[in-house]
Amino acid sequence: MKKINFILISIFFIFIFSVLYLSLHNEQIYDTEDLVGKKITEVELDLFGKDGTFNTKEISNYQFTLLNFWASWCAPCRKEHKNLIRLSKNKNLKIIGINFKDDEINAKIFLKEMGNPFYILTKDLKGKKSVHFGVYGIPETILVNRELTILKKYIGPLSSRDVNQIGKLIKK
Amino acid sequence: MKNIIKVIFLLIFLTTNSFAEEDLNNKILKNLRCLVCQGQTVYDSNSDFAQIIKSVVDDKIQEGMSEKQIYNFLSDKYGDWILFNPPLKKNSYVLWFLPYVLFVIGMLFLFYLFKRSSIRKKQ
Repeated sequence: MKKINFILISIFFIFIFSVLYLSLHNEQIYDTEDLVGKKITEVELDLFGKDGTFNTKEISNYQFTLLNFWASWCAPCRKEHKNLIRLSKNKNLKIIGINFKDDEINAKIFLKEMGNPFYILTKDLKGKKSVHFGVYGIPETILVNRELTILKKYIGPLSSRDVNQIGKLIKK
Repeated sequence: MKNIIKVIFLLIFLTTNSFAEEDLNNKILKNLRCLVCQGQTVYDSNSDFAQIIKSVVDDKIQEGMSEKQIYNFLSDKYGDWILFNPPLKKNSYVLWFLPYVLFVIGMLFLFYLFKRSSIRKKQ
């Protein structure tokens, strides 16, 4: 009987220890994996520097679209910009920029200095439209296909590795 | 006189309505996780992200969305991680039912110990 008690108590402590150990090593960071495969919703975005709007429904006109959320005040955006320029050379990929909570003059200076990789440039002055895309900080980039399905979401600046990955994804 | 009464009723209605909206707003914000903070709710946080979510929740309430619809909208965009009270889904069965299972196992174990000690006392 004592042996059974010992086994039961040991199992109990092993269980508690495993739960605590797993909790300590479990990275509780917002993960975007759930969003891959979902469709982006229809959102009307104001065009940057001119009157008019861009409806995300229009994305279905292009084979692949990269939605990039950026701002001139965001240092990592500056870092990833050369990679966006590289990606803009892909014929079957259109890059749509969403200028996030930015000053228009500063954004224009940014693009003049660094180059403009955007096929269409829109703006989200209050940051509320970006919620529809699950954005919580910038830079963020979303690769979408003709069916408006999210193929990949990148949080943070795009690296050279990401550029290669996007290249492979749009070749499929 | 009738007009004064009407105005009073209208004022009472508007104030109670705005209090109810504010309550709902706070209730929702307290159940939303600030994704850029360490364990803070959107309600408690002053981060840029929290400010945007507060404003979006306010808009959705004004549009007439229910509490559940707002949670669905946000979890659709950010996943269930944004909710402090995750919904019952296949992948959260363990989370929801494990405490009850452990409680039952614990009760059975205690029952077994009491029964054994009472048998020993009788002997």
